[in-house]
Amino acid sequence: MQPDRFETPILADDGAPDASGYLFAVEHVGKSFGAVKAVIDASLRLKAGEAHALVGENGAGKSTLVKMLAGVHEPDTGQLYMEGEAVQLSSPAIARDAGIAVIYQEPTLFPDLDVTENVFMGRMPKRSGGRVDRPLMLDQVNAVMGRLGVRLDPNRLTRGLSIADQQIIEIAKALTLDAKVIVMDEPTAALSSAEVARLFTVIETLRAEGAAVVFISHRLDEVFATCQQVTVMRDGRSVLSSPANELTSDQLVRTMVGRDIEKRQGAHGAGSGDVVLKVDRLTREGKFVDISFEVRAGEIVGLAGLVGAGRTEIAQAIFGIDRYDAGSVSMSAAPLKKGSPTAAMAAGIGLVPEDRRQHGLVMDESIERNIVLASLKRVRRRGLIANALSRDFATRWSQRLQIKFNRLSDPVSTLSGGNQQKVVLAKWLSRQPALLIVDEPTRGIDVGTKSEVHGLIQKLAEDGVAVLVISSELPEVLLLADRILVIREGRFVHEFANAEATEEAVIAAAAGVIAEVAI
Amino acid sequence: MSSNAGTAARPSRSMVRSLRRWESALVLILIAVIAFATIESPDFLTTTTIFFGGLDIGQIAIMALPLTLIVITGEIDLSVAAMLGLSACVFGYAFEHGTGAALAIVIALLVGALGGSLNGFLIARLGLPSIAVTIGTLTMFRGIAEVVLGNSEVTNYPTGLTVIGSKPIFAHLAYPFLFFLILAAIYAVVLHKTPVGRSLYAIGLNKEAAFFSGIRVNRTKFILYLLSGVVCAFAGIVYALQNDSSIYTAGQGLELNVVAVVLFGGVSIFGGRGSVLGVVLSVLIVAASQVAFTLINISSEEQQIIFGVLLLFSVLVPNSAAGYRRLQAWINQVRRSAPAAGAGPSG
Amino acid sequence: MSVTKAPQVVAHPAPAARQHRVAETVSRFRPAVIALLILVIFGGTTIKNSSFDGLSNIQAMLSISAIYLLLSVGETMVIVTRNVDLSVGSTLGISAFAVGEIYNHDPHMTMVVIFLAGIGIGAVCGAIIGLITTVARVPSLVVTLAALYIIRGLDNIVGSGVQIEPSVIPHTLVSLGYSTVVGIPWLFVLVVVVALAAAFWMRSFPAGRELYAIGSDPEAAVLAGIPVARRVFTVFVISGALAGLGGVLFLAQQATVDSTAGTGYELVIVTAVVVGGVAIFGGSGSVIGAVLGALLLQVINQALVAAQISAFWDSAIAGAMLLAAISFDRLISFRASRALVATEGVSYVE
Repeated sequence: MQPDRFETPILADDGAPDASGYLFAVEHVGKSFGAVKAVIDASLRLKAGEAHALVGENGAGKSTLVKMLAGVHEPDTGQLYMEGEAVQLSSPAIARDAGIAVIYQEPTLFPDLDVTENVFMGRMPKRSGGRVDRPLMLDQVNAVMGRLGVRLDPNRLTRGLSIADQQIIEIAKALTLDAKVIVMDEPTAALSSAEVARLFTVIETLRAEGAAVVFISHRLDEVFATCQQVTVMRDGRSVLSSPANELTSDQLVRTMVGRDIEKRQGAHGAGSGDVVLKVDRLTREGKFVDISFEVRAGEIVGLAGLVGAGRTEIAQAIFGIDRYDAGSVSMSAAPLKKGSPTAAMAAGIGLVPEDRRQHGLVMDESIERNIVLASLKRVRRRGLIANALSRDFATRWSQRLQIKFNRLSDPVSTLSGGNQQKVVLAKWLSRQPALLIVDEPTRGIDVGTKSEVHGLIQKLAEDGVAVLVISSELPEVLLLADRILVIREGRFVHEFANAEATEEAVIAAAAGVIAEVAI
Repeated sequence: MSSNAGTAARPSRSMVRSLRRWESALVLILIAVIAFATIESPDFLTTTTIFFGGLDIGQIAIMALPLTLIVITGEIDLSVAAMLGLSACVFGYAFEHGTGAALAIVIALLVGALGGSLNGFLIARLGLPSIAVTIGTLTMFRGIAEVVLGNSEVTNYPTGLTVIGSKPIFAHLAYPFLFFLILAAIYAVVLHKTPVGRSLYAIGLNKEAAFFSGIRVNRTKFILYLLSGVVCAFAGIVYALQNDSSIYTAGQGLELNVVAVVLFGGVSIFGGRGSVLGVVLSVLIVAASQVAFTLINISSEEQQIIFGVLLLFSVLVPNSAAGYRRLQAWINQVRRSAPAAGAGPSG
Repeated sequence: MSVTKAPQVVAHPAPAARQHRVAETVSRFRPAVIALLILVIFGGTTIKNSSFDGLSNIQAMLSISAIYLLLSVGETMVIVTRNVDLSVGSTLGISAFAVGEIYNHDPHMTMVVIFLAGIGIGAVCGAIIGLITTVARVPSLVVTLAALYIIRGLDNIVGSGVQIEPSVIPHTLVSLGYSTVVGIPWLFVLVVVVALAAAFWMRSFPAGRELYAIGSDPEAAVLAGIPVARRVFTVFVISGALAGLGGVLFLAQQATVDSTAGTGYELVIVTAVVVGGVAIFGGSGSVIGAVLGALLLQVINQALVAAQISAFWDSAIAGAMLLAAISFDRLISFRASRALVATEGVSYVE
């Protein structure tokens, strides 16, 4: 089958649009917000029973397209078709009634209500007198959980459930709504590999029941593992739709980016600098046990492992965000006080956190203030903050990192994900740290900026900074790290030098099983 | 407060610009009030009225300063006036039992520090919601004030000190107002020009990100509440001396005036926005208005209503632009979902 | 591309989950604990002052508490949606006063009209507050604070110099204030009926459950299609209406009213409701718990007088209890963050 470039609209013999071959079709929609053209010409054609990947860099228009499916926005141009009929999804409620369910990255559940009420909130079935029909709700929830092969106590409050379980509840919600189109936005970003496996099984179940699953992800390996069809968006347009087995990942990346990404080479073999960070038998109950390692100046050490292995907790313990129960941390041979980010920063540590929006940036504050936030003492004149100094400081560093912005006084929320990450980096690099810890440096960032960030990290190491990189993306770890430490369920498992590390070996160590290789 | 109550929305974007706009509006309002009052009553700009105006607003103004910083960090302190009352009573009690004025002042300030620390401990250290905590401490402080002095009143403070209530300094400036101005200057410098002050905005907007940037959020909040306790205790001492009276009802109901003054000064109830200048302007406007109203015979009950409207106004206006847009969107939605041909999904 | 297939999934129930169960259990038993506390204090005071458990004393206690209990019902609904109503005292005051004024002009006005008038005035106040909160999106703390001022000010102006003499209040109303039903004061019975109705509604009806959803996560509530503005508006109207009803009952009880009626009630009510287990940030708690909390505070009040401890301690104790209640809640809540906690654990095999 030929890959579809959407050059021809789907037409019947008489020239009228005919979308009856598809369960749900988005045909050449466009959406602008004022002067910003978020989507220019996007199309998506879903067949019943298929898992359909929607890929594209950040800013390609995927989230706006999803919002149109969800009924949050209406397209300015183009048309949506459900089972061959044109539809207007003018509100989330209408989209829901039409059979479309969207599961966002951050599930929006009610922590104080139980599972059952969460599934049915907003459309609770009633019995005599207008009361809530709880027995009916319970029956349906149990039935759906059975279909999904998951056991969750329907009477349990959702507060405290893992993200994976929260997603299951969202999926259950979709099923009780008889959803025919289920959109999953970056569903695996926060899941452990066991949970990802469970999710893939659930997707199979949904497909078998005739639903179409739209799978949005940056993890191309998962796309190829799960999906039958791939649609690529770039710069607000759908540029390609192809069966997954007719596409290589290189082709896919090239289509997403529109250019070849040069594969960066790492200059490995560093490791002759002094020991900067020394972690000795670090332990925190329930999170990690007996972690010991060193990072030298000019060296990049990678912490690899599955999501939830405890690496972020280790990093946050080193930086003082969390306390630890045993062991010690020292910087340049001097013991580091625990539980104090102030002490860590004084010792020359910087932490680029995993969660950019919640921890890395103050979204409503200006770009300038975010960059200067960790260096307020340095922009003083005679003890008081000087606006001119602050502005110069921010200008210098935003130029150095090539951050694209309109004005320094704009809120940092107006920047793209990649540029936001650069602001976080600017904040820390401007402190000239001796050790930089970077947690998931390129999560949610487009391929182009990703490459820039990798370059920045490598340059840092060349300049003699000790770097600790935490990443769940193996290619990234293999690219950057001179040494790779694998953490599994809170314990150190194996150390690889870059030369001897392969993806399979690292995964094997991280998951504790032998890897099956599929092409 | 940093929690968004069901349906309340935080106005954001270009905050610096909107704050400047707010302050400019306040300046205009101040000029308008003064102009209006001078026309209505030629007595308005005399030294006596300025003196009494400053005297009346003194305590509210003083208490507004630490509250400003607290609200910027996204918290609230409803116990301010209760601490004023408690401190006035403790001061009176100590003085009455022969400790002498100086020691009584120290004791009252210490009580303020203790009360502020209690707030700080519960809110900053234990992480309890500040509205609930300060309602609790408000009730408790009032209760303790009641226990300390009972129904009795302490008067006859040394005339050397009560002069702050009767004689002006620099011809027409009342001492309490002078204290306010000095404190305002200090607070302004701290808030706008020091790293600690700058960090308050970050804390109010996103306290996790602030913590991840090395800001000691809990310690900072604790100090703000401690300071609030001390400054409000100071206000209580001023109150007692100025009125030559300590009684357990001192300051009752004033907390709402203080909150109104702070919010009217452009400090956002959600945190992360505001300035000392705005609060000073707000104080001036309220002081001028109170004097003007009394001169044209508006009763204090009627003034209460005006205070209430002021409070509403100060929060409505930032929201109004967003509200208007929302109203338009709602109208559009209603129009669209009205039974019309072709609308609605099929199948 | 390589794919790992993990063979078996091992479940590790997260420690946080256990802690959440503890918190859940405590909140379920809280009303019972408060009831127990009431009995304990009651018993203790009776030992000190044997006339405390006399019938007429109990009747007086229940009668006096009734209005606070009534206002707690409305306040609970408001707080559950993550709002707060600080205007209830003022609304009660103006309603009591207005009703008294009606009697001033027409001492023979029927009871039905009187009750409707009181409830109506309260409902109107609540409606205005509700509108400003939902349409203008002003935080309810500020709106109700302002309303407290404005309504009290109006009350003062309208009421300045006007006295409502006991003589104009008809006997029919006043007798409500002290008559009993099988020994229980009529006022108290009325309030209990209202409370039970409210509790039933919040537990078993979709709109009631939606209130909890709104308080638990306001944004998720919007996404779920809950008509948030309508619900929040409604709870403010109810809160106002109940405060208005309270004004009528106040008149029945006191047979006189001046412009200070109801001053300071809101703080007592909020304290009672939080002590009774309603989370200040909404999403959880029950009307029953709140009402018991109000009763507890009143019992303590009366107990202090009966045990000849100075009544001046009342406020101090109430304040301390509020602090103790929220501290306790936090301590048993382990990770008390509002967001769901992401922890380890897959529920394949439980």
